[in-house]
Amino acid sequence: MTALLTIIIVLFVAVAMWQMVKIFDLSQVGASNNQIADDKDNRVNGYLMLGFLVFIYAITIVSFMYLGDLPLVANSASDHGPEIDNLMVISMVVIFLVQIVTQFLLHYFAFKYKGEKGRKALFYADNNTLEFIWTIIPVIVLAGLIIYGLFTWNDIMGIDEEEDPMVIELYAQQFNWKARYSGDDNVLGKANVRLIDIDKANILGVDENDPNAQDDVIVTELHLPKGRPVLFKMRSQDVLHSAYMPHFRAQMNCVPGMVTQFAFTPTVTTEEMRLNPDIVEKVKNINELRQERKAQIEEAGQDLLYEFDYLLLCNKICGKSHYNMQMKIIVETQEEFDAWMAEQTKFSNSLLK
Amino acid sequence: MSATVENHIHDDHDVHHHKETFITKYIFSQDHKMIAKQYLITGVLVMGVIGILMSLMIRMQIAWPEQPNVIFDTLLGKWAPDGVMDADIYLALVTIHGTLMVFFVLTAGLSGTFSNLLIPLQIGARDMASGFLNMVSYWLFFVSCVIMIASFFVEAGPAAAGWTIYPPLSALPLAQGGSGLGMTLWLVSMAIFIASSLLGSLNYIVTVINLRTKGMSMTRLPLTIWAFFVTAVIGVISFPVLLSAALLLIMDRSFGTSFFLSDIFIQGEVLHYQGGSPVLFEHLFWFLGHPEVYIVLLPALGITSEIIATNSRKPIFGYRAMVASILAIAFLSTIVWGHHMFISGMNPFLGSVFTFTTLLIAIPSAVKAFNYITTLWKGNLQMNPAMLFSIGLVSTFITGGLTGIILGDSALDINVHDTYFVVAHFHLVMGISALYGVFAGIYHWFPRMYGRMMNKNLGYLHFWVTAICAYGVFFPMHFIGMAGLPRRYYTNSNFPLFDDTTNTQMVITMFALVGGAVQLVFLYNFISSIFYGKKSEQNPWRSNTLEWTAPVKHMHGNWPGAIPHVYRWSYDYSKPGHEEDFVPQNVPLKEGEEELHH
Repeated sequence: MTALLTIIIVLFVAVAMWQMVKIFDLSQVGASNNQIADDKDNRVNGYLMLGFLVFIYAITIVSFMYLGDLPLVANSASDHGPEIDNLMVISMVVIFLVQIVTQFLLHYFAFKYKGEKGRKALFYADNNTLEFIWTIIPVIVLAGLIIYGLFTWNDIMGIDEEEDPMVIELYAQQFNWKARYSGDDNVLGKANVRLIDIDKANILGVDENDPNAQDDVIVTELHLPKGRPVLFKMRSQDVLHSAYMPHFRAQMNCVPGMVTQFAFTPTVTTEEMRLNPDIVEKVKNINELRQERKAQIEEAGQDLLYEFDYLLLCNKICGKSHYNMQMKIIVETQEEFDAWMAEQTKFSNSLLK
Repeated sequence: MSATVENHIHDDHDVHHHKETFITKYIFSQDHKMIAKQYLITGVLVMGVIGILMSLMIRMQIAWPEQPNVIFDTLLGKWAPDGVMDADIYLALVTIHGTLMVFFVLTAGLSGTFSNLLIPLQIGARDMASGFLNMVSYWLFFVSCVIMIASFFVEAGPAAAGWTIYPPLSALPLAQGGSGLGMTLWLVSMAIFIASSLLGSLNYIVTVINLRTKGMSMTRLPLTIWAFFVTAVIGVISFPVLLSAALLLIMDRSFGTSFFLSDIFIQGEVLHYQGGSPVLFEHLFWFLGHPEVYIVLLPALGITSEIIATNSRKPIFGYRAMVASILAIAFLSTIVWGHHMFISGMNPFLGSVFTFTTLLIAIPSAVKAFNYITTLWKGNLQMNPAMLFSIGLVSTFITGGLTGIILGDSALDINVHDTYFVVAHFHLVMGISALYGVFAGIYHWFPRMYGRMMNKNLGYLHFWVTAICAYGVFFPMHFIGMAGLPRRYYTNSNFPLFDDTTNTQMVITMFALVGGAVQLVFLYNFISSIFYGKKSEQNPWRSNTLEWTAPVKHMHGNWPGAIPHVYRWSYDYSKPGHEEDFVPQNVPLKEGEEELHH
């Protein structure tokens, strides 16, 4: 019944709009209007073009002022983060310069050369020098960006085994994450989904007979020691997922049937990040916003007060609860990490007999 | 050779003339002008309205997550219990919105309408090389539309794995409701769609190569035709690869093969698949998927070239450079697909290669943008609605294209991949730009299609509100993306981290709703002008191209007498030595007049 009523209302609104537009349409009659732009149209739209240029600049400025703190630029928490952020800032500066200049030329010309009856346009079809100039300038600028980008990329993706990174497996399934630490030997035990044995609580399919697997530790909250390189080995048991850790400028897909990898070194502990002035302000802002939606949040059974934490998110569409596939990451000092690790159960002890 | 073809078609036309019935004229028509209208109405209007409605529902869910909404209740029925949108249908809407807009509206709708209408008329041909294949192409498209829409009515819902349908999500009904019958219908629909697209493209290519009138050398072709031609070539090269990917996926889904699947444990059981890789599918998909962006964009740029030159009363600046950049973009577009896969687990060295080729595309794109701007310089701009949309296209093409420099850079892509930054980027550069191309084309060639003019004031209203809303929607989205918010999230209410994006999301949705509503003005203008629009003159925009020399009245064969011959390129606007500020292509050179060596 409601559905029917809604449809009727929508229909009425549509009819009303149709009629309003029609009235507007009919009111245009009178003036000898052949629906081709005349001098007045050219003038009005020429000025609107200038107005639109102002609008583009305004939305740029407003976005930067009000949303500029969102990117968390300059607050990366990994070793390679600043490299990406620098490149990002340089690229941003380049594209905003180009954006401001080209949009100005486009809209200003549209205003300046708005048509007038009787005027003739300049017959100007070609100029090889100009074409050369605006081919070669992008070539030079892009060459710079490409070279800088490639160095950064190789630096990030190249994994230096000599640094003795701590090996951790990130294991994805619909719709949660698990992490498997490689233990004292720093070697992950072999694993395959065919070895999964729910009855024995071997949920990641780790090979029970592999000596390297015995000291592995499986957890649902990722702890990382500050300053120690970490090599993540990603696995997925069902569909594609993507391990996205925005604060560490890190992301890699988890692909069923293969192991992917990504390495970085965390540089800021969770505690330190919580004291970072930018983050303090961001958290304060978020909590004010949450206060406004208090009833709704409490109804959903969430904590009202937000406290900053690093997160691992799923960033590849993976099914119904894709939007809620996350794992908390805690970066802490080596001592804290060791103490936490000592409390965890080793794989060999976690199996149900 | 061209003479025999001409005669042949001319005879053909006489025979047809007497037999034309309602069915052969309006339904199973083989006339390119009628087929263009059929594509326009099915592809652009019907599928476009459905696609835009879906996007508005997506935006409403994002702005007011999990709130009951009478619109959801009405339109989604069982998918919105108590008016609250279900997470499954959210993903389905995202998937089908993407599929409809990219393939059905901006590939079939855009190319189908304007390639069909303009290729024969602008090159001086009686019709397409094969009217029959053209008809088959349209009706295959129609069938694929029906199947795609029908997938909304199956028990477990339509495909919901994203328009990229990456397996295993799309391969396993256990992983997602939509991967059952819904996905089967999606694949069948797309297979038929690809067949339709290939028939159309082959027809366009053959027609452009073989049926040009006397004097219409390739260097005198209007840029619209160059764009349609190159688009068709890209389509023929890349669409079959998607077809093969779809067929292999069907094999995996229904016949137990393991092309894309391996080592899967889902819902308590190990599946038998062994040895395949989803990354292989990604490669096959994006080998079409990236050229597809240019299949969408190039026709829009071609339309813009024509409209900007005509309305500036100036030759397009740098004709040769424009053709060269179209060709360069087409070539490069086939070797950049990997930039969608920087973090897919493929070898990082490949990432380097694809970064390099991807950023190269910025060069021909920049040349095009600068050439458009220079065409405006010292022009005598006639601000018709089509011209406004063309200028708008250049504006969003620049804004959206520039952020491609960030996404194409593998190192930067790590942190913005699959976030709202990507959504903002591609909507501006291919979505909005191509849509502007469609609108510009409709306003410009409406008199050619229906013999009447569209209302210009409604056109102005339509453009300015749309232009402001397009920026209002997609500009702030970049910042949400840089804050790390992933796309395709049903709601981010489980992430307090992103709570400070909520207000921005609401503003974006407001802009989207206004922008969506103003399209009704366009619909009204379009439909009412077909019946009540002011009768148009023969050549209302005082344009040089051949389509304006043909009579408006529907006739098979386009020109009642002989086909006009061509003596010059299509951009002799404001040429010194001529009284008028335009010289149509079929006007012979004056004595002593030099043809511009472009």
